[in-house]
Amino acid sequence: MSSKEKTWKEISIAGVPPKSSIGFMTGDWKTYMPVRDLEKCTTCLTCVMFCPEGAIKWRPEMGKIEFDFSFCKGCGICANECPTKAITMKLPEE
Amino acid sequence: MCQRMPHESNNDEAARGIRMTPKIKQETTAMNGDEAVAFAVKQCDVDVVAAYPITPQTIIVEKFSEYVANGEVQTEFICTESEHSAMTACLAASATGARTFTASASAGLALMHEMLFVTSGSRTPVVMAVANRALSAPLNIHGDHSDSMAERDSGWLQIYVENAQEAYDSIIQAFKIAEEVGVSLPIIVGLDGFTISHTLERVDVLSEDVVKKFVGERQFPMVLTHEGKTVPFKLDPENPMTMGPNALQNYYFEFKRQQVEGMNNALKGIQEANSEYAKISGRSYGNGLIDPYKLDDAEIAIVCIGSTAGTLKVIVDQLREEGMKAGVLRLRTFRPLPVEELRNALKNVKAVAVMDKSMSPGGLGAPVFNEVRNALYDIKQHPIIVNYIFGLGGRDSSPRDLRRIFEDLTKIAKTGVAEKQVHYLGLRE
Amino acid sequence: MTTQEWKFNAKDIANKPDLFLSGHRACAGCGPAAMMRLIMKATRGPTIVTQATGCMEIVGSIYPYSSWALPWLHTAFENAAANASGIDAAVKALRKKGKIKQEHIDIIALAGDGGTYDIGLQALSGAVERGHDFLFILYDNEGYMNTGIQRSSSTPLGAATTTTPAGSVNPGKLEKKKPITEIMLAHEMEYVATATPYYWKDMLTKVRKGLEVEGPAFLHIFAPCPRGWRSEPAKTMEYSKLSVESCVFPIWEAVNGKRTLSTPSKLIALAPQKKKPVKSYLEGQGRFRHLFTPQNMHLVDEIQRATDEKWAKLLQKCEQA
Repeated sequence: MSSKEKTWKEISIAGVPPKSSIGFMTGDWKTYMPVRDLEKCTTCLTCVMFCPEGAIKWRPEMGKIEFDFSFCKGCGICANECPTKAITMKLPEE
Repeated sequence: MCQRMPHESNNDEAARGIRMTPKIKQETTAMNGDEAVAFAVKQCDVDVVAAYPITPQTIIVEKFSEYVANGEVQTEFICTESEHSAMTACLAASATGARTFTASASAGLALMHEMLFVTSGSRTPVVMAVANRALSAPLNIHGDHSDSMAERDSGWLQIYVENAQEAYDSIIQAFKIAEEVGVSLPIIVGLDGFTISHTLERVDVLSEDVVKKFVGERQFPMVLTHEGKTVPFKLDPENPMTMGPNALQNYYFEFKRQQVEGMNNALKGIQEANSEYAKISGRSYGNGLIDPYKLDDAEIAIVCIGSTAGTLKVIVDQLREEGMKAGVLRLRTFRPLPVEELRNALKNVKAVAVMDKSMSPGGLGAPVFNEVRNALYDIKQHPIIVNYIFGLGGRDSSPRDLRRIFEDLTKIAKTGVAEKQVHYLGLRE
Repeated sequence: MTTQEWKFNAKDIANKPDLFLSGHRACAGCGPAAMMRLIMKATRGPTIVTQATGCMEIVGSIYPYSSWALPWLHTAFENAAANASGIDAAVKALRKKGKIKQEHIDIIALAGDGGTYDIGLQALSGAVERGHDFLFILYDNEGYMNTGIQRSSSTPLGAATTTTPAGSVNPGKLEKKKPITEIMLAHEMEYVATATPYYWKDMLTKVRKGLEVEGPAFLHIFAPCPRGWRSEPAKTMEYSKLSVESCVFPIWEAVNGKRTLSTPSKLIALAPQKKKPVKSYLEGQGRFRHLFTPQNMHLVDEIQRATDEKWAKLLQKCEQA
């Protein structure tokens, strides 16, 4: 048991979680990661819609789509659904 | 069944030395226990009532529905499709910030079992009246304590009343006790099925503004949310929070310990509610935790819960006239168990019989016996304690039967030996 | 209910901040997680969410973390609708007493097929009968996935689950999928609809329509589970699309009992040659793999026949025959 864990007196009652899950990086779950060919991307935003993690973000001020690898679990839905096949799933070494 | 001596009033104030001050305005009514509960709920500015009918609690929900139908209350009343959903709806409403109430008994309470633990673990101060009734099988609709005794580990506060007057008084106190921020636990007020729930008695009621002032507005403990804000503990779109999470092995235990702390704080809270209520009503019940009767110099005593105490007090009076030093300890608060009070009240008694209106098949004796004996184990000098299981399925015990217990106790006190720990009173053997 | 057409375009939806946050513990490629993130974008104001025990409830609420950026309550498995009833009553009571400042709070109850079809059916039926104002969203992945892929009454005929495994005697589940939306329609609800996350615009429109109803509304969302179906995580949305194209899960909406097909299913009704055979939907899912053996092949035909029959009945009800 980590000594940094709080005692029963220090935590709020009834288990109300004090942290947002944005602090829990699920990105280290992945085996494959999505690699983009920006020339093929038409910013249709299909990948932004379908990502279960919300790890693909639309940045309207830059007109760009941004991948947040700290949450990407490497499921490959974005690559499978991209209409122009702009995304491929690759092992990190590749 | 509670016997009335001509000179005694319903709530025995004379014996306890509490006088009704003429300034306290109360209306004398005739109500049964269920009606008294419904009337108390009416006066307490309850926001949501969600309930499902079951004998002998039905009069509570029926009476309350009349208040709703006539616009006498501003309460949202949900006729749920089962008791499990009734407790769920109360819990969810309470989590949203509402003051909630429900009532059940027997199988209904058993059906809520899962949700009772969730409600106490979620720290929502739901108030529930339980018209104590036997559990099936066989089916029995009459009064005993098996239903709420089966929930003694559920984390709910438990107060048991002796008569309809106390039912009215205790429901009002219950909201205040449960909602205290340091407690924040749900509470059961138990009244004997049929014996109290359906028996017409004198009930003196306070005026609604006095009750509302006593109960006050619901207070909320503060919690730290995932937004980093410390806000009142309730579902509020302004301050989102997550209630009912999954706590793994590294955290669950701490939340349970927090519940124990709430119980410990309730020991004081119940006493305070009792004494403060005495100021506005002229009525108090022992110190709120235990209701001792002629126990100070008693050599033999009976510990019991509920309406039987009334009959026992009459018998004690008779025995005292015959020269026996007998006493009664009515255990009003069962959860939290008033250990210190039990020890102080009983340590000098020679022989104690604990009467139980429930049983735990396969155990050594029944629940209340186990709790009381356990409480007294660690003190140097303590009485010989035996168990009388009685009244299951609503079986009546006559004063003659009850008197026999005192005779048994006298023998035990004299010989210093109890041949049998567990007895069945009134069983055909 | 208004008949306004809501237009959710991709750029507006993408801009809206997530209310189901990243960092949740769902499996990679989880259909319900993708669905959850999307449907939370269709909220229109102050909202309280209550959820039954299940995958989506667990993955977002592991103490000390929470993935829910809105008020959220979980109590037990079978009572999402009863939770919603209590919240609805509390909001009404507190507003009457001036203790709630919001003019309106939407209430969404979420449950999986376990917490809806089976253990949750009683609370759901009760809450709908009492007319509470809430939207009940069923995320259907056809099994009790959180406890280890056991069968529910939503599991389709022939599917292998851990309690209906494909053995030498029994070829998976022997019973048909329970028609939950027919049961909800029989409650005479104002709005009952089906959706699936591939057609996200349709799904979001239906969530919004459900929220707009003053009273109970029911939305059945079909969300593939790659773990439980033993399908490729990358193909989750593909299976969502295939379920509609093969008519295994047609999408429609019923306003006051009057049913109309939604565009993706309507296109198939109008051009039946576009209807894909169920075989293309079943193969590739590990839970149906045992059907593609000589002794069980007849079940694939049975599934096709049953699907066609249900589709024909649906077309009649939607007057699209």
